Parts: sequence; C-alpha cells; structure tokens
Amino acid sequence: MALTDSDNPASFFFKGETGRNTRGLLRLIILCTIAAAAVASRLFSVIRFESIIHEFDPWFNFRATKYLVQHGFYAFWDWFDDRTWHPLGRVTGGTLYPGLMVTSGSIYHLLRFLAMPIDIRNICVLLAPAFSGLTAFATYLFTSEMSESPSAGLLAAVFMGIAPGYISRSVAGSYDNEAIAIFLLVYTFYLWIKAVKVGSIMWGALTALFYGYMVSAWGGYVFITNLLPLHAFVLICMGRYSPRLYVSYTTWYALGTLASMQIPFVGFLPIRSSDHMAALGVFGLIQLVAFTEFVRYQLPTKQFQTLLRASVFLVFGGAFAGLVLLTLSGTIAPWSGRFYSLWDTGYAKIHIPIIASVSEHQPTAWPAFFFDLNMLIWLFPAGVYMCFRSLKDEQVFIVIYAVLASYFAGVMVRLMLTLTPVVCVAAAMALSQILDTFLVASSPEDNSTDTSSSKANGAPSTANGSANANAIKDKLAAAFSPDTLRSTKSPVVGIYSYLSKSLIAGAITAYLLLFVLHCTWVTSNAYSSPSVVLASKLPDGSQHIIDDYREAYYWLRQNTAPTAKVMAWWDYGYQIGGMADRPTLVDNNTWNNTHIATVGKAMSSREEVSYPIMRQHEVDYVLVVFGGLLGYSGDDINKFLWMVRIAEGIWPDEIKERDFFTSRGEYRVDDEATPTMRNSLMYKMSYYNYNALFPAGQATDRVRGSKLPAAGPELSTVEEAFTSENWIIRIYKVKDLDNLGRNHQEAGAFEKGNKRKKAGKRRGPRVLRVE
Amino acid sequence: MAPKKGNPSPAAIPPSSTKAQHITPSSAGQPTKPQNKPSSTATSSASTSSSIRNAQDAQQIAVGMWNNYVDKTPQRVKLLDAFMVFLLVVGVLQFVYCVIAGNYPFNAFLSGFSATVGQFVLTASLRIQTNPENKADFESISHERAFADFVFGSMILHFFCVNFIN
Repeated sequence: MALTDSDNPASFFFKGETGRNTRGLLRLIILCTIAAAAVASRLFSVIRFESIIHEFDPWFNFRATKYLVQHGFYAFWDWFDDRTWHPLGRVTGGTLYPGLMVTSGSIYHLLRFLAMPIDIRNICVLLAPAFSGLTAFATYLFTSEMSESPSAGLLAAVFMGIAPGYISRSVAGSYDNEAIAIFLLVYTFYLWIKAVKVGSIMWGALTALFYGYMVSAWGGYVFITNLLPLHAFVLICMGRYSPRLYVSYTTWYALGTLASMQIPFVGFLPIRSSDHMAALGVFGLIQLVAFTEFVRYQLPTKQFQTLLRASVFLVFGGAFAGLVLLTLSGTIAPWSGRFYSLWDTGYAKIHIPIIASVSEHQPTAWPAFFFDLNMLIWLFPAGVYMCFRSLKDEQVFIVIYAVLASYFAGVMVRLMLTLTPVVCVAAAMALSQILDTFLVASSPEDNSTDTSSSKANGAPSTANGSANANAIKDKLAAAFSPDTLRSTKSPVVGIYSYLSKSLIAGAITAYLLLFVLHCTWVTSNAYSSPSVVLASKLPDGSQHIIDDYREAYYWLRQNTAPTAKVMAWWDYGYQIGGMADRPTLVDNNTWNNTHIATVGKAMSSREEVSYPIMRQHEVDYVLVVFGGLLGYSGDDINKFLWMVRIAEGIWPDEIKERDFFTSRGEYRVDDEATPTMRNSLMYKMSYYNYNALFPAGQATDRVRGSKLPAAGPELSTVEEAFTSENWIIRIYKVKDLDNLGRNHQEAGAFEKGNKRKKAGKRRGPRVLRVE
Repeated sequence: MAPKKGNPSPAAIPPSSTKAQHITPSSAGQPTKPQNKPSSTATSSASTSSSIRNAQDAQQIAVGMWNNYVDKTPQRVKLLDAFMVFLLVVGVLQFVYCVIAGNYPFNAFLSGFSATVGQFVLTASLRIQTNPENKADFESISHERAFADFVFGSMILHFFCVNFIN
C-alpha cells in the first residue's frame, strides 16, 4: 500500500538528486500497482459469472455501441431507432450521451488497427475497470495539487481505487455512463485547480475540453457546471479575486459552454435552462469584477469609490430587471423535475412517480455511507478541517465540493458517486498528515524544524545539515527567530516518544488493512452481481446459476418473428432490446410518461380493458417477471404498485391505487386480495396455472409468503407462450381476434364446454425448444 | 418559438454592454471617438447617482481615467485593447441584429456571438497575462507562452464555432 512511500530517511539513496529520481520511480510503480489493484478488484463478476453486460441501462449502451461499430459514426449520430417505444420510435442519436459509446468504439478501432481484434463485448465489459485505473491516477494528481505531502496523493489514489462507493458503478460489465464519467469528473477538477493555480489559458482550455468530454458522457455534468462557478463566486466573495481566476474561469466558460453545445442532446440548454444560469451569472460577475479592478488601477481611490457606487447601482438594477423580465416571459426554462427532487425530497413522490419509482433516486440510508466508504467517512471531516487550516484557492474548492456533495449524496443514493472522490481526497489528506507526523523515525529536532520551516519532502533536506551540533543550533535559531510571530498561530509540535509513534502507526495500519478487507468483501458480495444472471448456493455450498432471464430472452429471439412487439414493464425494455432483439413498447429511457402509463394501465386493468390497448399498440407478446416460485423479490408484483400509480397519474378515474389495497390497507395476493387486484392482467399473468405446480390448495407465493386461492386465475385474451425454468419470466402471446367474431370470454367458455382437456396443457410451447 | 430564442442572450450581454460604455473612453484607438464617448459615460453614470454627484464630477473622473490610461499603458497592450473594443462593437452589432432581424439560424447566431465573446475573453486573458502590472501573479508564464496559450485557446474556440455553425 501507499505506506511505503511516506518518508523513509534511513535509506541513503533517498537524498539529493538520486533521491528525487528514486522517489519518482517508486511513485510511478506504486501508482501502477494501485491501478492494477483497482482493475483487479472489479473483476469478481467476470470470474464468478462470465464476461457479460450487467443490469439494465448497460444493455442499451451495449446495443448502441454495437450499432456504432457496425454502421459508423454518422449513422450513429443520425440513428432513429424504430425498435423501441413501439409506435413512436426514438431519435436515439439525439437523445443520448454519446461519450461512452464513442470511447469504446474508438478503443475498438484502435485495437483493430494494432492488429488486436477484440470482441466489442469484451471492450464494453472491461471499460469500466480500465477507467477506474485512470481515475486512481487522476485522483493522485488532484490530491497532489491540494497537499504538499507526497503521500496524500498516493493514499487518495488507493482509496479511490478500492472505495466501494465508486466500485458500485464500475465493476466489470457495468457498462454505464458513470464508468468513464467519474474519471472525467476528477480529471476536470484537477485541470481546473491547475488552471486556477497557474492562471494559464492552456489549462483553462484543457479544462473546457475535458468538460466537453464529460458533457458528452454523463448527465451529471451539471454538477461541474455549478460547482466551478460556485468556487469562483466564493473566491470573489472572500476577496480572493485574482487575474488568474479571471483567466481560468472565463476561458473555461467560453470554451466549455461551446463544447457542451456540440452534443445534440444538450443543444441550447446551456443558455436556456436554469441549471446552467449560475455559470453564466458568474461569468458576467467576473467580467465586472475584472473591469472594476482595471478601473481601480487607473483612478485615485476617492474617484474610484464614486464610480463604483454608481456602476453597482446601474449593473444590479439592470441585471435584476433583466432576470425578472426573462423569468416572466418564460425564456429561461424552469428547473427540471429531477433537479427539484434534489431540493425537496418529497417532490418527486407527489408530482412525478416515475422518478420516485427508480430505486437509485431514493434518499440514502445512513448505513449506506459506512457501507460504501467505511473508515473514510470519519476521516472525511478531519480532511475538510485540514483544508481550513491552510485555506488557499484550491482548499476552498475542496470545502465547497465536500459540502455540496455530502448534501446531494444524502438526497439521492446515486449521487454517492460524486461524493466518493472528495471523501477519498479529504481522508487521504487527513491520513497523510497523521502518517507524516508519526511515521518519521528520526529525532524530534528534525521534526520541529521540518514542520516549522517547510513541509516539503520531509526529513532529507534537514538531515543533510546534521554535521555538527552547532550548525543545528544555528539553524534552529534561524528557523525560530522569524517564526516567533507565526508560532503563535501554529505552535511547533513534535512527537518524541517511540511508543506513541509505533502505537499510532500500528493502529493506522490496522485500520487500513481493515479498510481493504471491507472493500473487498463489499465488492465481492454486494456489487458484483450482474442481476441478469442470479446465483444461489446449494445446500452443499456449491454455486447454482439461475439463468432464467437469458433463457427467456433467447426464447424470444429464436421463436418469435423479428418484428414481434413485446410489452413489458419499462425496467426490462433495454434488456429485451439488447438480448432478445425485439421491439418494445417502453424502456428504461423514461422520456414519455404517458406511454409508460399506458403500459401500466394495460397491466393493471381487467382483461377486457387491456385487450383493446394491446391491440392498438400491436402487442404480440407480454412479458412478466414473477419471483413467487423462487423467492425472487424484484418481480413485477412487487413493482406493481408503481405501475398503478403511474397509470393513475394519467387516468385518475379509471385506475385507483386504493382499489388494490384491502379494506385494512394491506397489499395482498391471497384469498383476501381485492377483486380489482385479482382481475388485473398482471396478477392473472403472474399466477396463471401456478397452483398446478402444487398439491391442491397448497400453492404458496414465496416472496410474499402467502397462500394463494385454491382456484387459479383464468386468462381469455392472452395465452401462455413460455415460462422459464424457475418461472421467473413468463411470456404470453396476445390472441388474435376470434374467427367467429365472438369476444374472447365467450370463445373461452365455449371451448371449455366442449374440450376440457385443453387447460391441462401447462407448458405447451416448451415443445418448440428443439435446440 | 422565434421570439423566445433571442432572449436568453440579454443575460449574457449586460456585462459586456456596460463594459462597452465604460471601456470606450479609456481604450478607443481613434482619437475622434473619445471626444464624444466620455459624455455618454458621464450622463449614464450621473443619471443613476445624480443625487450624489453632478455631471461635471463624473466627466472629471472620465477625463482623469483617460489621461492616466494614455500615459501609463504600453503600446502593445493598447493594441490588444483596440482589438477588444473591436470585438465589443462586433458583439453588440450581432446582438442588435439578432434583436431586430430575428435569430432564425439560431446556431449561426449563437456560434458567431460566442466566437466574439470567447475571443474577447481570450484577448482579455492575454492582456492580463502580458501586462507588466500583473507580473506577480504570472511569474511562471512568459509572454511567448502566454501568446502560445492564446493561439491554442483561439484554435479550440473557432473549431467549436465552425462545427456548431451548421
């Protein structure tokens, strides 16, 4: 671990010029090791399962990447996808963040150019781990700008490499925007700090370029868009305005805004939406401040004050009037709903059920902080405090970032991701301070001169001067005499006893080891499941793979027409598109609430109501996820209330959430379930024929732990087409109109009267699987 | 749709337009311009703070500023200032055109306007970096380096603008 790099004065070649080279080399080796560790710890899922794309959104990204690689960049840019949102289609090229796909596409072509043809799927699976190595490196650079201690950067890199808060979104196979976005986030911040420190156009322009890349990669770029102006604004308010700030901020804003507008999905948002107005406002403010500084230089003080007073009135009057005018005329778009839910956590639940229904938009539970960050979470405040002790421009940035990110992380689980970098940096600063103080084995004199005169590379520089005692005395005197004033501010403190040194160093080492253990444990247990493939342990301890999802999707792929439309709840839209390659009605890109509500209505209404809806949307197959047999809790019956709520939002008089609860307010599926519930299409499809698996009257639902009614539901408008091995996925075929013009209920009754045998054919279509 | 599109930019313009009023007396290249411009500055600032100061005082300030500027500023910086004033004028013209004639190819207007603003900002940065007054802040940046940075920034800026113009 990074402990090795903290000062090591015993070694003779750690001095002078060779010492610097050695340390540089060591640092490089350590960084490479950290990157390797970061990559390695994300490979659990590949080793345990296989090289497979995870979860939901990554399937879309994967599909888009395949399209990009197959059809080229321009076709991708203009891609109109008629296989999603069935009757509507989606202008995919203009409504996605293309950064991720373009990145993996260019890696693919680069590798082919180097005569290493690697399957695009493997590139997609391993992209996130590869970028996590880069993130560790970027964190090192970022922290090195903050702290003079060389160990801080390395510690931060280690933390960033293995902190579960970041691993949760970057294990192998989770091919999501966040995979590259966190690297870009940290690197943009590094460039920004560099720009503010140096005040050069080049660094500002690089910040803008990486900001543009970030915009193309993740919607979370708004965080940068607001954080950098806030930093600039706070600096101005603190009276820390400097020409360097002007150069870096204006360069970043002018170039970065243009860069962000190149992405079709973002388009004119940077000058339209309120999310971006802060940046524009600070841009204006900084121009004013710069001009004021310029004028102040030209004028004597008294005249300047007069002018200042006049212009302040003028500008603020004008700006305020302009703002009121623009808001009244509605030119500036109101804040987006997802943003409102950041301020008022109850907002989404009331107004936009579709946002609230996503589990990662829920507020964070407190244990999650400890789970994701372990000991970093209590080192974090200490690190922020350290920033206050030497408050320069860059430390102000850390403080602001810390405050904002902790608030946001508390509001939305997903934003834990933006908190993780700053926690790692702050914790590393605190920890490196401890290590620098307690790990120096040399005598306290060294320590005291060291801390008072310069905190730079530790003991070696002072160790040179230990020729004789007098020289040290002189040096000490020289060091102390100008320090008499400063020492009142920060008294010279040294650790004298070896006992306390070894005690603290040992304790910290133990903590670090525990941290590594915790991270590995969390990664392997909590974050490495693809959720497409489930794993369970058999009684003898061996692993049993439950592969129902892929079984069902491949059934669709093999046995249905390529244009057969599949209706499923939106969670499974991307997977159906990616794995089964069939058109879907709704998917995880939840841009059209009404369309989703339509599917919700079809699922939660009686068959007679649902059938016309399905006919209108040309639905051929309906797919439901049912975990009752296996005890798989993420199934559709558990998500059912969200379907009802979203549908109720559009048709409040046809669907009522209340009807799905019993008179005592319980959500039940057994004998006492309400008639509305038992007649809903979703309920019927989930439990159709389910009691045939059990002895009479014994059917139980293992998720909800309840006994089901003796008589199972009857289906008339759809027929069972496929049920996977563990019944997790059930696919139904929508019946065509009856040949004799009867409705399906009558036809069903007629058939029953004649041929009773027909109902006994439980898994009929299974015969079709002949592979 | 069309009237909506033009409006967001006013939020962008106040800083530069107010600047236009203030900076013209101090930095216009032509000797004819400063003669009439100071009076406009004087009236605008005096109108707001009329209760405090009279017009003569404001005029005095402006004249003092102008003299100070002419005396102290190096020739090279003056050249940059002239360029900045030119950019300001172009920016104002673009904006006025947008308000009067409509912003139909919004992409074109936006990229043109941002090119002006961006170039102005970059030039201002170059001016700040090369100004001997700010030497303390930019010790690590030589004049050649500052100019190279300026070219780098401008190239990126114009690349984006051309790409965005449709």
